[in-house]
Amino acid sequence: MIRFALRGLLGRKLRTALTAIGVVLGVALVSGTFVLTDSISSAFDSIFTENYKNTDAAITGKAAFELSGDSAGTAPPFDQGLLAKVAELPEVGAAGGAVGGQAQLIGRDGKAVAFGGAPNLGFSVDPARPEFNTLTLVKGAWPTAGQVVIDTKTAEAKKFATGDTIGVQARGAVQRMQISGLVEFGAVSSIGGATLAGFDLPTAQQLFDKPGKLDQILLAAKDGVSTQQLVDAVQKILPAGTQVRSADDQAAEDAKGTSSFLTFFRTFLLVFGGIALFVGSFVIANSLSITIAQRTREFATLRTLGASRRQVLNSVVLEALLTGLVSAVAGLFLGLGIATGLFKIFDAAGLTLPNNGLVFRTRTVVVALAVGVVVTLLASLRPAWRATRVPPIAAVREGATLPPGRLHRFRPLGAALLAVAGVALVVSGLFVDGLSTGSLLSLLAIGVLLIFIGIALFSARLVRPLAAASDPVARWSVLVLSIVAWPLFSLPYWLLRRGFWGSGSTASRVGGLLLGAVLNPVLLVIVALMAVRRAVSSWQPEWPAEFPGVLSDRPAVGIGGQNSRRDPHRTASTAAALMIGLALVTLVATLGAGIIKPFEDAVDKIFSGDYAITAQNNFSPLPPTVAAAVAKVPGVDALSSVRGGQGRAFGETIQITGVDKQAPDVLRFDWKSGSQATLGELGADGAVVDADYADKHGLAVGSALPLETVAGKTLPLQVRGIFKPPAGGSPFGSVTISTSAFDATNPQPLDLYTFVSLRGGVTAANTAALQQALSTFPNAKALTREQFKKVQSDSIKSLLNVLYVLLALSVLVSLFGIVNTLVLTVFERTRELGMLRAIGLTRRQVKRMIRHESVITALIGAVIGILLGLGLALLLAARLDEISFAVPTGQLLLFAVVSVVVGIFAAIWPARRAARLDPLEALQYE
Amino acid sequence: MVGNTDGQASVVVATGLERTYGEGDTAVHALRGVSVQVAAGQLTAVMGPSGSGKSTLMHILAGLDKPTSGSVLIAGTEITTLGDDALTKLRREHIGFIFQFFNLLPMLTARENVVLPLTIAGEKPDPAYFDELIARVGLTDRLTHRPAELSGGQQQRVAIARALVSRPTVIFADEPTGNLDSRTSNEILHLMRSSVDDYGQTTVMVTHDARAAAMADRVLFLADGEIVKETGRTSQGEILQIIDSLDLQ
Ligand SMILES: Nc1ncnc2c1ncn2[C@@H]1O[C@H](COP(=O)(O)OP(=O)(O)OP(=O)(O)O)[C@@H](O)[C@H]1O
Ligand SMILES: [Mg+2]
Repeated sequence: MIRFALRGLLGRKLRTALTAIGVVLGVALVSGTFVLTDSISSAFDSIFTENYKNTDAAITGKAAFELSGDSAGTAPPFDQGLLAKVAELPEVGAAGGAVGGQAQLIGRDGKAVAFGGAPNLGFSVDPARPEFNTLTLVKGAWPTAGQVVIDTKTAEAKKFATGDTIGVQARGAVQRMQISGLVEFGAVSSIGGATLAGFDLPTAQQLFDKPGKLDQILLAAKDGVSTQQLVDAVQKILPAGTQVRSADDQAAEDAKGTSSFLTFFRTFLLVFGGIALFVGSFVIANSLSITIAQRTREFATLRTLGASRRQVLNSVVLEALLTGLVSAVAGLFLGLGIATGLFKIFDAAGLTLPNNGLVFRTRTVVVALAVGVVVTLLASLRPAWRATRVPPIAAVREGATLPPGRLHRFRPLGAALLAVAGVALVVSGLFVDGLSTGSLLSLLAIGVLLIFIGIALFSARLVRPLAAASDPVARWSVLVLSIVAWPLFSLPYWLLRRGFWGSGSTASRVGGLLLGAVLNPVLLVIVALMAVRRAVSSWQPEWPAEFPGVLSDRPAVGIGGQNSRRDPHRTASTAAALMIGLALVTLVATLGAGIIKPFEDAVDKIFSGDYAITAQNNFSPLPPTVAAAVAKVPGVDALSSVRGGQGRAFGETIQITGVDKQAPDVLRFDWKSGSQATLGELGADGAVVDADYADKHGLAVGSALPLETVAGKTLPLQVRGIFKPPAGGSPFGSVTISTSAFDATNPQPLDLYTFVSLRGGVTAANTAALQQALSTFPNAKALTREQFKKVQSDSIKSLLNVLYVLLALSVLVSLFGIVNTLVLTVFERTRELGMLRAIGLTRRQVKRMIRHESVITALIGAVIGILLGLGLALLLAARLDEISFAVPTGQLLLFAVVSVVVGIFAAIWPARRAARLDPLEALQYE
Repeated sequence: MVGNTDGQASVVVATGLERTYGEGDTAVHALRGVSVQVAAGQLTAVMGPSGSGKSTLMHILAGLDKPTSGSVLIAGTEITTLGDDALTKLRREHIGFIFQFFNLLPMLTARENVVLPLTIAGEKPDPAYFDELIARVGLTDRLTHRPAELSGGQQQRVAIARALVSRPTVIFADEPTGNLDSRTSNEILHLMRSSVDDYGQTTVMVTHDARAAAMADRVLFLADGEIVKETGRTSQGEILQIIDSLDLQ
């Protein structure tokens, strides 16, 4: 039986390969994701391990409570006196203290050196303790007071050498420093795009505004002292606000942030792999159904020769298994390519990821193979079961078809029920309160899955009316697209082919060739390759090619339209694959539009000043020195920064923000209790809280709100005002206090934003004045409200673009699905095509006919998909305040056009195959 | 009318077969009470005009289709009430088919097509018998070819070898030469005749060709769903006369 299955597959190589493409791409994305994230994670691990080489234990500052995530808020540094005390312990062999922080290197152009979103790391280096030093000196010398060592990559990219001066900016304004040497990070070949800057300890303390403080003490145990003994001994003398961990624990702690990000990143990419596989499973199920219908006679013959139903089932399932296995293996290796490609793409996009070589884990292999095989098997079950229903007598019946399944009659009802159940799941996921994120997401995912399957099954019912409605749309859109493409593709293609091997005078051919090459140089390459192939093999291109026309061909298009209505189930399943991709793309586009609008409204509501100061990358917090510099600009009427950090109240860690006295003049709140004035009068113990938080904890104006801060002090706050944040979000945390209270209790405070009003509002002079003030802070920029809205919504848009790219994979899979169905259909209608050709249909008409069928199928998928996507977006928007429901008409139109293009592209190859059929052979074909 | 058995053991015994397609006014009575016995080791031909029910009868005898009423015994087993599994088993042991359109599996070689029934049953061919069979059907140098690389006649030879390879109790052939030219038909018919003579292979064959029927040990004439006449081995001329006399064609 294995041999039959294999033979069957080999006999239908092409069809099998087309069937499998969905699985190959899906598995590739899955395995690529694993390889990528494993590689990044192993590179990070080696960075963190490198940090603690020769170290047995590390002392660090300790926040009063567990900080959440990696957002604003860091552990406070501690007094450097601890170093001497620890060094005296008998268990300690060596001890070295260090400080670190963000340190921008400033290029000659005055701009901060940054490679993508990678951090700019600065730290103290102690040449006297080389065992703790993670930097390797490549050239020059270690830094002395006022000097810096920088990484070789920055030096190379920005053309710096030892002895040059370079700008360095940490918490203060830019300082010019001499480069004493070039360094690399330990043994790690690339630590992503991070820039490195090393200073001696006093310089670093000054730069990072940590005078007399340390962030970390690295310890090596004396010989014969175990790590545990060392940790225990140190523990006894540690002051409050510090902690000691073994080197391994500390490395793991450091890795927490990146590993939680990587886990998110991995899940995120896997979701898209899953979607591609889901679409792929539709393609497989559909192709298998068609192939099995075409093989009815074969199965029946096998039955007459004594094959049991089980044997038929096994042979089909076995074929699916083999297909799944082969495609999974192909996908696995393609995944390696994808991972390499993604590294390159991120690199090109400026987001250099740490890379220490690709990591190919056994887990990747196992998961990728299992996923590929299981998806294929599941998709094959129904077609396989149908194959067992083929009666032996079908062997002698001319044109025997698969008998309809027993449950055939209940199919529309069952499909509708599935879709309704899916909607019910989604609705309950969205509107039932108190679900955990996990169960919410799985409810949504399963719900959407059921909706897709239900609609895909049900849509066979919709095919006839939809196909009839799409028919003129397809006709017209193809006409328009043909006219658009005519001068760029059709005409040059014809000219080039005529130039290479057509008829006509040499002069006119050469002229045409030149014109064609100018119109589309890419085609020149393609046609030249065709010419080479023609010269070296017996291959003949189709020639003479007719002069390219654009007008649609009534009779051909008429037959094509009818063909699309001929087998509604087939058309529906083919369209369903595209429907899924388009529904998701529509969902993303609609939600994107729905997010940006409320966000812009929120900016308009809150931001009453003239300018906002943000980091160049629009999101990194800035040191308060930036705001201080801006405050000195002549003409500043009012300025308030928004400090961001974390605190702890009522037993939970919350985001807190701090605002200046002048805040009422640059920020506007929607007050439930309190007023604008409140914002400026918070003093040492006043707080404004957001309405949800107030409701949750029963707070009213006058309520006591004890807030524990990172440094361990508790602020006895009193609620002075309650505000309603706008639907589109606000930069404010649950609790907002005054800047002075914030700075008194938060070491190393940072500003999320700074808002300013200037006399005269937004003017060129004011903008110039701000820019002048910021010239010593190359990492900061001043934006008007409109610019601020634009850069913020642009970042949302670029996130949307990432989603589109990932969803494009599913659309690509569905394109192959259409190709596959068309090829199978052409194969099945060989006789019919021969007959049509024999009674006078030209090759071009055959192509037009098939293209029309393809475009109609694509349009059906597009219409259902777009409507479905809008429906899902409506549900989400109804639930989430942050999102309004806005139909992005332009984008949806674009998606519809893309679908038509998908239909046209999908038809190219099957149409060529159909047109190549020799009418005589086609008629003889048995 | 009941076909006689010439005193030999009957391997197929059908009684009172009726087959109606459809219901009510549009019902077609393809068979109206046919009883027939097929003797072991004989070549039985079934003749009759188009639509007379020949194929229907054949399908019912072979267990491909169920009669509306009546019974069919093959090698003593009542097949009209058998379930799918039992029927499958019965096919493996007792029934061989030769089709008008050959029904070879396109992806298998001639050799693989021939041994297919054995492969399906999980058996191996007896090498001596296999070689002899292949030599007899004249496929020795065609064994590695695919059906697409064989002529119609060669394809039908493969199909005959496939039917013979498992030495079934009875072979059913529906117009085995219906798709071949007269010369090739002749060769195929001789092949079938010789398998009956040399291996004692019981065979039932539907045909429109008087020449083919003249090679049979027995000829049944069907008209309008009933057996209207039967003869023993007879000449082509006589068969044509019978057809004329029955005003059948
Ligand atoms: N599946 C079916 N459904 C309905 N009617 C059928 C079916 N199969 C056969 N018939 C009818 O039964 C009658 C007998 O058909 P059958 O195929 O047995 O004829 P035949 O003798 O084999 O004819 P031919 O020589 O043309 O092959 C015909 O009238 C035919 O139309
Ligand atoms: Mg017939």
